Amino acid sequence: MSAVDTPSAPEGRQHEQVDTVVVRFCGDSGDGMQLAGTQFTNVSAAFGNDVSTLPDFPAEIRAPAGTIAGVSGFQICFSSQDIFTPGDEVDTLVAMNPAALKSNVADLKRGGTLIVNEDAFEKSNLVKAGYDKSPLDDGDALAGFRVHRVPMTRLTRDSVEGLGLSQREADRCKNFFALGLVYWLYDRDPKPTEDWVNAKFGSKPAIAEANMRALKGGSNYGFSTESFTVHYEVPPAKLAPGKYRKITGNEALAMGMAAAARQSNLDLVYSGYPITPASDILHELAKFKHFGITTFQAEDEISAMSAAVGAAFGGTMSVTASSGPGICLKGEAMGLGVITELPMVIIDVQRGGPSTGLPTKTEQSDLMLVMFGRNGESPLPIVAPATPGDCFWMMQEALRISVEFMTPVVILSDGYIANGAEPWMIPRIDELTPIHVDHPDSANTENGFQPYLRDERLVRPWVRPGTPGLEHRVGGLEKADVTGNVEYSPDNHQHMSDTRLRKVQGIASFIPEQEVNGPKSGDLLVISWGGTFGSVRTAVQQCQEAGKSVAHTHLRYMNPFPKNLESIIRNYKQVLIPELNLGQLAFIIRSRFLVDAISLNKIQGKPFKVSEVISKINDVLAN
Amino acid sequence: MSSLLPQLTAKDFASDQEVRWCPRCGDYSILAQMKKVLPDLGIPREKFCFVSGIGCSSRFPYYMNTYGFHSIHGRAPAVATGFKLAQPDMQVWVITGDGDALSIGGNHLMHAIRRNIDINIVLFNNQIYGLTKGQYSPTSPLGSKTKSTPYGSVDNPLNPLSVAIGCEATFVARAVDVDIKHLTAILKRTAAHKGTSFVEVYQDCNVFNSGAFYYASKKGEKEDNIVYLEHGKPLIFGKDRDKGVRLNAHGRIEVVELSSGISEDDLLFHDENAEDPSLAFLLAQMRHPEFPEPLGVFRDVERPVYDEAVRSQVTHAREQLGEGNLDALFNSGDTWVVDE
Ligand SMILES: Cc1ncc(C[n+]2csc(CCOP(=O)(O)OP(=O)(O)O)c2C)c(N)n1
Ligand code: SF4
Ligand SMILES: [Mg+2]
Repeated sequence: MSAVDTPSAPEGRQHEQVDTVVVRFCGDSGDGMQLAGTQFTNVSAAFGNDVSTLPDFPAEIRAPAGTIAGVSGFQICFSSQDIFTPGDEVDTLVAMNPAALKSNVADLKRGGTLIVNEDAFEKSNLVKAGYDKSPLDDGDALAGFRVHRVPMTRLTRDSVEGLGLSQREADRCKNFFALGLVYWLYDRDPKPTEDWVNAKFGSKPAIAEANMRALKGGSNYGFSTESFTVHYEVPPAKLAPGKYRKITGNEALAMGMAAAARQSNLDLVYSGYPITPASDILHELAKFKHFGITTFQAEDEISAMSAAVGAAFGGTMSVTASSGPGICLKGEAMGLGVITELPMVIIDVQRGGPSTGLPTKTEQSDLMLVMFGRNGESPLPIVAPATPGDCFWMMQEALRISVEFMTPVVILSDGYIANGAEPWMIPRIDELTPIHVDHPDSANTENGFQPYLRDERLVRPWVRPGTPGLEHRVGGLEKADVTGNVEYSPDNHQHMSDTRLRKVQGIASFIPEQEVNGPKSGDLLVISWGGTFGSVRTAVQQCQEAGKSVAHTHLRYMNPFPKNLESIIRNYKQVLIPELNLGQLAFIIRSRFLVDAISLNKIQGKPFKVSEVISKINDVLAN
Repeated sequence: MSSLLPQLTAKDFASDQEVRWCPRCGDYSILAQMKKVLPDLGIPREKFCFVSGIGCSSRFPYYMNTYGFHSIHGRAPAVATGFKLAQPDMQVWVITGDGDALSIGGNHLMHAIRRNIDINIVLFNNQIYGLTKGQYSPTSPLGSKTKSTPYGSVDNPLNPLSVAIGCEATFVARAVDVDIKHLTAILKRTAAHKGTSFVEVYQDCNVFNSGAFYYASKKGEKEDNIVYLEHGKPLIFGKDRDKGVRLNAHGRIEVVELSSGISEDDLLFHDENAEDPSLAFLLAQMRHPEFPEPLGVFRDVERPVYDEAVRSQVTHAREQLGEGNLDALFNSGDTWVVDE
C-alpha cells in the first residue's frame, strides 16, 4: 500500500490517499465471508477501482465450526491502477475467530491492519484453533501489526436489538458489521450493498433491516471510536474508457456460450455433472433458456460427455464442463468425438489432484491429461483463458474452432479464474466475431453424400440430421476417408491418423500470432499459460522496470501453439516457465523445441505470488 | 402428410454395407423386421436415427440407411439423450446388447428410463458376450459354462425386464428374434409409445450360445413354454390352449389346467395400462422352466416425457423473457462507466 498524499480528514483524523490495497476477510465457513468479500468487490468495482479477487473456501461445506479446516477467506485487491493479481500481501486482515487468525496472519504485511472479532477469542475457540493462550493477550504474537480488537458479536447484537431476531439470526449479521467497518476504513459507498440487501431480503423485512443496521453499526464504529486513526481513500482506476461490469470466469464462460449460440444462430446443448469448481457454469446457463440453451444434468460425466457427442451429431452447438476427476471419466467419449470429427467444447476447470485432491483449490495440472490422456493418437485443440474476463472470449473462440474445424476443443480454466472476479469491459455486439456454420442440404458428390469428404483445411461436412438424402452413419470404429465406411486397412489407419493430426496442426494458421511483452530479444523469456497471467505479467513488468533484460509471453492457445512461438523462443538466451504443477508445459516445450527451459513450479493450491516469480527471475538471471 | 410421402419399402432402409453377422445369427431377423416396420410408420427416412453401443448387436446402425451412430460400449442411451435434446422431432432408436445395456451401461439405461426420454431401446439378449467371443454376461443363467467361467458362473443374473420395470419404465415388452409376426407387432408398438420404450428381444447367438432360447422359439416346444400377453385377456397357453395362469390366494402366480372346474374367468387378466407396476413385475418373474415366459407388452402407461418437458421450458422462457438479448444479458447487474 503506497501513500500518495495525506490530506487530513474533516474529523481531524489522518486521511490518506493510496493507490492499491489488499483486504482479506476470513472467518468460519458459517460467517458469511464469501458474501462480505463479494460485496466489497461489487462496491469497489462500481466505484471504478480495478479489482482482482481470490476466494478461498474449504472443501467441506460443514467442517466443524471454529476449526482451521472450516476457515473460509476472500481476498480482494482494489486499486486506482491497472492491476492483474489479488496481491501477495494483505494490508488489512479481518479475522472473525482464532482459527481464521491463525491460518491467515502469515499473509498480513508487517505494519498491516488487523481487525479481530474479540468476542470469538474465548477458550473453546482458542483450543479448536490450537492456541495455548489468546494471541490477543500475548504481547509478541501480534507485534508489528496495528491490531484492532472489536467486540463484533456484542456490537452486532446491540445494533439489531428490538427487531425480534433470535440470537442465531442476530449473529449471522456479523459479517455486515465487519463489512461496514471496512467500508468506512476505505471510504466505500455502501449503496450497492444496501440495494442488494433490499433485493435479497425484501420478503423478510426484519432480516433486511438487521443487515442494514449491522452495516451501519460497523461504519459508525469506525467513525466514532478513536481506534482507527487513519482513514484511506483509493481513487478510481484509469481503466480504458467504456462500460464495465464485474465478472467471474465461470460467469464469463456462460455468457460466452450465449454469445456464440446467438452469433451462430444455433441452439446449444450443455451437459454436465456437478463438480467443484465447474458447477457454477451449469447454474448460470440454466437461467439462459431463452437463448435457446438446453441444459442437461447427466447421471455422471461419462453420460455428460456422451450426450455432448450425441448433441454434436444432432447438429447443435455442444458444450460440457467438469474438473479433473470428471475429465478422466470423459476420456473415452472425448476420443469418440475425435474420431467422429464432431464439434463440441469440453471445459476443464482445473483443481488440485490427483483423485479428489483439493476440490476448492486451484492448480494447472491437467495439461498433460487433456493433451494426451486418451487412448490412441487423439489430437484435439486446447485453449486456456488468461483471466476471468478472457473466459468470455476464449469460450467463443473454442466454439468457433470446434465448428469451423469439426473437432472437440478443450478449454483449460482453473479454480482461480473460475471464481476470481475482475472488471470486465462490456463488449458491443458488433465486436463479437460471427461464427459461420454451414449445414449442407444436398449431396457433395455425384455419387451421393460422402461424410468424410474434406475441404482444403481437411474439414469434413457437418450435416444436420433430418436433412433428406444425407443419411449417413458415424462411429468409433476407424473409417475410410471420403466414404466414412468402416475400414481397418493399415494404410487407411495411417492416413486417417496423419490427417486428424494435420487438421489440428493446421488450425495454427487460423489463430492469432503469439505476442511478447518486453524486448524482442534478450537474456530471459518467461512463458506462462492460463490463469497465472496476472502474477507473471506483474512480476516481469517489475523486473523490466528494474532494468532487467526479460520479456513475457503468455500462451492462450496450447494446442496447436501459435506458429511464431518457436521463433520467439529462439530470441532469448534462457527460458523460464512458471506453472502451478510439476512442469507440464515445460515438458512439452522442451520436447517440442529442444530448449533447456527452466521450471518454476508451485503446487500448493494457491496462485503464484508476484514476489515468488520475481525471485526466480532474479535467480535465473544471476546464474 | 403421409399422402405426400413416397411409399417406402424395406429396401429403402437397407444401407449399402454388407451385413456381417455370423451365419444364422438372430440379429439378421431383427434387422429384417425393423426394416419391414419402419416404412409403415409414416415417418420420412431422414427422421430416423439409430444409436448403438458396442457388441455384435451394436453394428446394427451401419446396416440401416438412416442417420446412425455406432458409439462406445454402454453409452448409447447417453449419446441418444444428447441427440434427442438436439433433435426432438426425430425418432431415435437405441440398439444394445445384454452386456452393453446391463453391465457397462447399466447406469445410463436406468437414468434414460427414469427420465422417460422419448427413445426406443431394443436390447438384444443372447445371454453372452458375442463380440468378445463368448464370456458370460449379466444375463447368463447361474452355472453358465463359458470361456471366462469354465466351472460355471456363480453370480446371479439380472432380469432385463425387472430392471426396466424397477425403474418404472412406461413401456416394457419382450419378443423373440425368429417369432417374426409377433416381433413386428411389438416393434410397431414400441415406435408408437411416447417416452422410453424398452424391448427385450431373445436373440440366438449361433456361435457362442446356440439354442439358448429354443424353448421359446422352436415349434412344438414353445407352445408350452411361452404365453402371449394380450391386453384385457386371460393368460392362456399350451399346444391345445388348455393351460392358464392365475393368481393364487397368496398373490403368487400359478399354472392351472383349464378343465376341472377352472374357467377362463378364474385366470389372470392382463392389464398393460395398470399404473401400478406390480403386475408387470410379477409377470416378469415368470421364468422358464418353472413358468411359461410371457411375450408381448408388459406395460404401456403415460407419463410426462423428458425431452418434451425440456423443450417446453425453453419455449416458456422465450415467451416470458423474450428471445434472449445479448446486450441485455451483458448489461445486467451492477455496471459503471469509465469516461475518456
Ligand atoms: C470400454 C470397453 N470395454 C470393453 C470392450 C470390449 N467389449 C466389446 S463388446 C463387449 C461385450 C458385448 O456384449 P453384448 O453387449 O452382450 O453384445 P453382443 O456382442 O452379445 O451383441 C465387450 C466386453 C469395449 N469395446 N469397450
Ligand atoms: S458371435 Fe453370436 S451374436 Fe455375434 S454375430 Fe456371431 S452369432 Fe451373432
Ligand atoms: Mg450379448
